Amino acid sequence: MAIKRRDFLKLGGLTLVGTAASAAVENLLIKGEAKAEGYTSAPESLKGKRWALVIDVKKCKENQSTCGFKCIEACNVYHNIPNIPDPKKEIKWIWKDNFEHAFPEEGTNKYLVEKLEGIPFILLCNHCENPPCVRVCPTRATFKREDGIVMMDYHRCIGCRFCMAACPYGARSFNWYDPRKYLSKVNPLYPTRTKGVVEKCTLCYERLADGKVPACVEACPAKAIIFGDLNDPNSEVNKVLEERMAIRRKEELGTGPSVFYLID
Amino acid sequence: MYNANKVIPGIIIFILFFTAPIWLNFGRLEAIPQPELPKGEKKCVESKEYMRAYHMKLLDDWRKKAIRENQYIYINSKGEKYRISLQKTCLKCHNNREKFCDRCHNFVITHPDCWHCHFTKEEAKKWQ
Repeated sequence: MAIKRRDFLKLGGLTLVGTAASAAVENLLIKGEAKAEGYTSAPESLKGKRWALVIDVKKCKENQSTCGFKCIEACNVYHNIPNIPDPKKEIKWIWKDNFEHAFPEEGTNKYLVEKLEGIPFILLCNHCENPPCVRVCPTRATFKREDGIVMMDYHRCIGCRFCMAACPYGARSFNWYDPRKYLSKVNPLYPTRTKGVVEKCTLCYERLADGKVPACVEACPAKAIIFGDLNDPNSEVNKVLEERMAIRRKEELGTGPSVFYLID
Repeated sequence: MYNANKVIPGIIIFILFFTAPIWLNFGRLEAIPQPELPKGEKKCVESKEYMRAYHMKLLDDWRKKAIRENQYIYINSKGEKYRISLQKTCLKCHNNREKFCDRCHNFVITHPDCWHCHFTKEEAKKWQ
């Protein structure tokens, strides 16, 4: 059946009126929704363009016998990290491993190996300049913030674990179990995670917002972990890196890690 | 119409069967949820009416602003400032899940998973 020109025009007009009316009704319904006057950052918060950590390996090594790895303990307690004994399913944000495992590409460097072999290195997410985990995340649950922190939004994580495959540092852990069953101490100021999401070090973004340095930096009795902004030429991290020799993990991959290890 | 004496009663029985919940609950009001507001607290970050209708939207915006844009302070419609944090701000007053959150959520059969990760001190005692 052919439609008459007159009827077609009438229908067109009605459609237009209908669309306008529904838009108006919708506007009325959601009126008052945008209520916030605004958002701002806390005045006491630490501000930076590229947060970095510098770990003084020598200082760290000298104090390891007495400090009991307070950095790891402080992080675990603050972030409600479960203690899962199975190494295949454990959750780790900051952990220790020896030089050979942390820097496998340096294994042929005989002289470096001689000096550093067997020393436990403190390892954590490198908050890369060019993070491969962010590139592969299909939901943008992990992303890079303007201050250089590679962040996780657990609400958006679908547990696909692409990021874990992409991360060359093994800095990400998947929650195979409900983490709450493996907590001995609970910090009520920080949420736990849930089964099925990937988690990692967030460089204590919450503490930075309150003007505090990361928990591991604060906890280290030897002050072997230095925190600062790489972008600020006057920051402590920049001064230390100018004066001393530092290496980064798997630098040849081009990820641009923000965690430096002083080895002299 | 063929078989009208069977088809029409059939249709009537079908309609009555599918609208049974309406007739069975007709005029009953006791099911309306009564969430218990936190004692000793007079005001939330926004008005009661706004929070009732849009708390989920507000929380969503809070999350985006805080973790993606590093904007940790919410300035409400009266100009008052609040630290954006479910653990530190919301749950400080709204510390009873059963009596506050669940009463409405169960009524409208919605099961948000906030409590899978977020918790109060009282809640933590249950699984510790």
